[in-house]
Amino acid sequence: MSLNELTIAEARDRLKKGEVTSVDLTEACLKAIDAADALNAFVHKTPEIALERAKAADARIAKGDAPAMCGIPVGIKDLFCTEGVPSQAASNILSGFRPEYESTVSAQLRDAGAVMLGKLNMDEFAMGSSNETSCYGNAVNPWRRGNDDTALTPGGSSGGSASAIAADLCLGATGTDTGGSIRQPAAFTGTVGIKPTYGRCSRWGIVAFASSLDQAGPMTKTVRDSAIMLQAMVGHDPKDSTSADIAVPDFEAALTGDIRGKTIGIPREYRMDGMPAEIQKLWDDGAAMLKDAGAKIVDISLPHTKYALPTYYVIAPAEASSNLARYDGVRYGHRATLEAGDGITEMYEKTRAEGFGPEVQRRVMVGTYVLSAGFYDAYYNKARKVRALIKKDFDDVFTEGVDAILTPATPSAAFGLGEMKDADPVQMYLNDVFTVTVNLAGLPGVALPTGLDAKGLPLGLQLIGQPWGEADLLNTAQVLEDAAGFVSKPGKWW
Amino acid sequence: MSTIDIETARRVAKLARIRVADDSLPQLAQELSGILTFMEQLGEVDVTGVEPMTSVTPMRLKRRPDAVTDGNIQDKVLSNAPDAREGFFAVPKVVE
Repeated sequence: MSLNELTIAEARDRLKKGEVTSVDLTEACLKAIDAADALNAFVHKTPEIALERAKAADARIAKGDAPAMCGIPVGIKDLFCTEGVPSQAASNILSGFRPEYESTVSAQLRDAGAVMLGKLNMDEFAMGSSNETSCYGNAVNPWRRGNDDTALTPGGSSGGSASAIAADLCLGATGTDTGGSIRQPAAFTGTVGIKPTYGRCSRWGIVAFASSLDQAGPMTKTVRDSAIMLQAMVGHDPKDSTSADIAVPDFEAALTGDIRGKTIGIPREYRMDGMPAEIQKLWDDGAAMLKDAGAKIVDISLPHTKYALPTYYVIAPAEASSNLARYDGVRYGHRATLEAGDGITEMYEKTRAEGFGPEVQRRVMVGTYVLSAGFYDAYYNKARKVRALIKKDFDDVFTEGVDAILTPATPSAAFGLGEMKDADPVQMYLNDVFTVTVNLAGLPGVALPTGLDAKGLPLGLQLIGQPWGEADLLNTAQVLEDAAGFVSKPGKWW
Repeated sequence: MSTIDIETARRVAKLARIRVADDSLPQLAQELSGILTFMEQLGEVDVTGVEPMTSVTPMRLKRRPDAVTDGNIQDKVLSNAPDAREGFFAVPKVVE
């Protein structure tokens, strides 16, 4: 087994015992990354920074002063601002941007001793479910349908993060999740990803998409690794007024494997018409595994579920149109070449037309429309009211004693790159049908692989927890992970 | 079925400060119409007496002293500007 294939927990234990160095781990990952250009997961490689930090981590471990993430090689989604390293949210409008500062989450990982290997591909401004809106080109899923060499999507928006973890290019990666952008790619690649409760991680220094929905989280090979990496990412930050100033539990210590007496809800509204039989079976099997582990399985109702997607596609573009107003060609990134006589309005319009890709332009314009005079009440305020009802659905079932909710993570396995090219935008939005409710309600949600479809592609389930209940949620996820025994890896073709 | 006509699409593009060529407006109008039609499902929901959500987690925003916490970093602020001159961001001449 080469070192890049280790889990974070294994690597941490071996580093501590002195059996391996961070430089060894980092070199193994850098070699794997250089051999995996076909996946297009890493879009800015930072080998010098990586080796420098690895050496520092080894010195720190030798002194006995080493937090769990010390010396662990990780990838950072391009949405996170990283000091002196290109950070462009996979958009041409931020081409050339090198931040003078470090995002809080990546700074916390850095300060814990984690080793940054480079920046990871994603959908432009995190708007997409297939990594096909990236200015860097598509990230590719290491998984294939048996011997069929059709290139598949790793999902999106954190597609590069998911592809990199599945292909063992790094031990952990950061992701962000506004409507499912950690959980859907995790499900498409047989990896684990958790979106924490809104406010658990600081959003400072992460390029904003929809500020009331965005959360950072870890993407890893196992549930235990997610617990370890999440620990280093969370916490109150005075620079993000919505980050929560509340105690953070020890997530790894919560992995007791005991869920006896817990109540798991199965929401009937998630049983969609036309759901593939194998997704239904995966879901039923997951419920049976939790039952065997001593949990009580109950049917629940979340009556406003069907309105979650239309609500999301009002609120997210509205917030995006405000957040993306800052890209005007003045302070950073791209500025269009102007013609004689062009004034500042032409500069804005040409810069934004050249810099934003089609999906981003579409969402900015949808957001502009729903916030414009005369439509604000009909669309935006209406959506905010329905959002309150969606959250109340969850509050009600938690009040009734439900500890966690089990659902499929996605309506299908990974699809082919380009397969949705001619579909209308709404078809692509349906990818988020099981995940988007969680962002609207601000809850923690974790996706983990529990099976394969008939073509050999991974399928994932999602567990949704109570607000601030990540520790309990991860414990339940680990019980499901152990029971499912998912050990498949993609065959190496790249 | 919601319909956005070409003039509305042109106006939205203008408000969003994104240049859209005339021959691309019909397709834009069609895409926006499709998305808005999808959103119209929200009309079915009875929201009588429901307050629009302002914060997903019940929290009071923290207060802090209104004090200068940073500064003297003009070079850093300007380092990524497409055009910076004499310590300022430079833009085309604005004539109203």
